[in-house]
Amino acid sequence: MISLSAVLTLSGILFAIAVAGVFLNRKNIIVLLMCIELMLLAVNFNFVAFSRFLGDINGQIFVFFILTVAAAEAAIGLAILVVLFRERRSINVEDLDTLQG
Amino acid sequence: MFPTILFFVFSAVLISAALGVILVRNPVHSALLLVLCFFNSAVIWILLDAEFLGIVLVLVYVGAVMVLFLFVVMMLDVNLEEFRSGLTDYWPLAAAVAGFVVFAIINVIVVKHLGGASLRSAPALAEGYSNTRALGTVLFTRYAYAAEIASTILLVASVAAIVLTLRRRPGGKLQNIAQQVAVRARDRVRIVKMTAEKRP
Repeated sequence: MISLSAVLTLSGILFAIAVAGVFLNRKNIIVLLMCIELMLLAVNFNFVAFSRFLGDINGQIFVFFILTVAAAEAAIGLAILVVLFRERRSINVEDLDTLQG
Repeated sequence: MFPTILFFVFSAVLISAALGVILVRNPVHSALLLVLCFFNSAVIWILLDAEFLGIVLVLVYVGAVMVLFLFVVMMLDVNLEEFRSGLTDYWPLAAAVAGFVVFAIINVIVVKHLGGASLRSAPALAEGYSNTRALGTVLFTRYAYAAEIASTILLVASVAAIVLTLRRRPGGKLQNIAQQVAVRARDRVRIVKMTAEKRP
């Protein structure tokens, strides 16, 4: 039988990898967006695991809504990225300093 | 026993693929490894009896979101050499933060025994239990308004993505729909009354 702590540990490791990815790839926005997707996936693991082990279906409803919002976020984020690339010809985070005084 | 072995096998693949996502230099390879991550997660969710969400993860994430990612990665003409330099400058910080997060979570879950022994094994499912039916029963009664809001968010997101990336070319030959609809017959055709000419 899969134990709850095994799933939670897996989700913790996944989240830590995503956080490390944000630190490692500070230049490439696309990889940063992928790391955010990984973090959301790790959080969803917690919801699914607790929903199963507590016998409560509401946790899976939350996962459903998180997936919805994450899909919307990815769509808008990538659209902004495309516009940004059209304007600046770059997706390097260091080049995006228009708002800097 | 067999599901446990499957869980650990797919967890191992999932963690290696996640490590690949952040370590591989090429964003296309990153995206493909992320697809592998989502497939493995879907399998693990199905092992945890969340069949509907597992399938939704494959359909929505692998089928839509990651295809969008790959499309954008391949469409943008990104200079990869730019990202190669200085990629590993931050690795001690990254390793420290990741190590702290893992340590904290394992400390809470394994050492402090979160939830006690009652959460050691999952409760048995009822005979004829259907995950999709259970999810739908709650989603469309108790969370009906939330489902409506979620669908509105999706609609707004798709409209916003189109509006953001829409590019009007100067000098493009576009129809002006409002002008076309507002046309009246008397503006276009002039009926002239005149007496018939005599045939010579």
